[in-house]
Amino acid sequence: MKWLTDIIHFLGGIAFLIRDIFSEIRTKPLYLNLILRQIYEIGWRSVPIVVVTGAAAGMVMTLQYGLALEKYGMKLYIPKLLSLAIFREIGPVFTSLILAGRIGAGTAAEIGAMKVTQQIDALLALGTSPIKRVVIPCVVGGIISIPLLCVLSCLVSVVCGAIVGYTQLHLDFFSFIARMLSTVYLSEFFSGYVKTYFFAAAITLTACYFGLQVDKGTGEVGSAATKSVVTSSVLIILGDYLITKWYWVLIE
Amino acid sequence: MVLGTDRMIPLIEVRNLYIAFSDHKVLKGISFDLMEGECLGLIGGSGVGKSTVLRSIIGLEQPTSGIIRIEGQNITRFTDKQFISIRKKIAYIFQGGALFDSMTIYDNLAFPLREHTTWSEEKIRQVVLQELKEFGLGGCEDMYPMELSGGMQKRAGIARATILQPKTILYDEPTTGLDPYKRRNMQKTIVKLQKRGTSSIIVTHDMEVTLEICDRIALLGDGTIQAIDTPKNFKKSYNTLVSNFIRGIKQEGEDLGSSMQVESVRRRQ
Repeated sequence: MKWLTDIIHFLGGIAFLIRDIFSEIRTKPLYLNLILRQIYEIGWRSVPIVVVTGAAAGMVMTLQYGLALEKYGMKLYIPKLLSLAIFREIGPVFTSLILAGRIGAGTAAEIGAMKVTQQIDALLALGTSPIKRVVIPCVVGGIISIPLLCVLSCLVSVVCGAIVGYTQLHLDFFSFIARMLSTVYLSEFFSGYVKTYFFAAAITLTACYFGLQVDKGTGEVGSAATKSVVTSSVLIILGDYLITKWYWVLIE
Repeated sequence: MVLGTDRMIPLIEVRNLYIAFSDHKVLKGISFDLMEGECLGLIGGSGVGKSTVLRSIIGLEQPTSGIIRIEGQNITRFTDKQFISIRKKIAYIFQGGALFDSMTIYDNLAFPLREHTTWSEEKIRQVVLQELKEFGLGGCEDMYPMELSGGMQKRAGIARATILQPKTILYDEPTTGLDPYKRRNMQKTIVKLQKRGTSSIIVTHDMEVTLEICDRIALLGDGTIQAIDTPKNFKKSYNTLVSNFIRGIKQEGEDLGSSMQVESVRRRQ
């Protein structure tokens, strides 16, 4: 039953972390410079990997749909299917999973190393809150950056899908784009977009939690990074199902 | 001095302090005072809980029971938020310096000033450069902690902790790992800070430093204070625990250190 106590421990820890964030975010100083730095680290520096994975996802899916639908003469439906899949599911989930690896591991390891080298204790001893200086900038930076990265990934996917449609499946590029735009309504877009805020919170909170749990030396830093990636990935997948279900219930 | 009485209020007052990690009791009811301007040496075997005493004074460790008063104020159950004002008055010098490795030495020293003062960057620069010079670190301002030697990192840690001119300084093994020359320099630094009027508690194994610069010495063993006296009386003490510790002899049955127990409990947690 250790797994059950671990889950309860994790959920309790996250709840306390959220409570601390809300109690400290209202007081000054807000460390805007640190939030901007995190937006740069999490957001801007993740652009290359997001563009590459987004492009790959869009191109592969267009090819797969093309090969399957060509047999039935339904190639014209590729833009509709692609845009729905990308904006509703693939873009937000796939990008968040990639970012859980990149940001989750990096943040947990960085905070864990700070714990081991007593830098977190030093912050406390110097009269500064580690929640304010380390956790809040990371969580706020993630919540601002990750949804934007997901939107970027979706756009890159559909554009690259249209390029593959034009070059490999001989579909007109502009009519491909036009068909996609006529398919994706705001509700479709938001069904994917709202999830990314939950994913961003899951990735950053999990990373900060496991980083702050490091207590027993450098060996635990690697394990904190691994736990962070695994846990946030599971949360993304489970959260995706639940949010999708609730969103469509609400819309209907 | 409290008005109307002859009694001096201790700067730090520790009463019956118990700290346990899981079911292992590290401190079993220790009591001592630190008076204004005094330098108290806390000695004892590895892992007896000397650093734990310092960490509980600054609020990094929660006492299981007992009372800690700072200038008469009971801080035992303070939250981190309440501790902020205490931590401005009491500096804690970490064993390894605990410098922020993503910042330059200049930014490390400027950190407490930026956090707790409204000074202009120009004034902060002036104070930081002066402090660096005073601690023999002139010219190191643009370097990162990893580029400094262990002794320089310790000095930078002290410079950062004392830049707000705290009333009390808690040293956690300030001379450990230093060669004799650097150790002597560190000793001079501590004496210099004492002359500024600060009070201090020094946790150390270094008997030479303790006997030379401390006003009183407390020997910690088996979770309690085994002896507390002046260095002069310590040297000629008939207490076998004291005399053996000073001479570095550990006899059978003496439990001045329970390092393996404490370490293993911490690892288990």
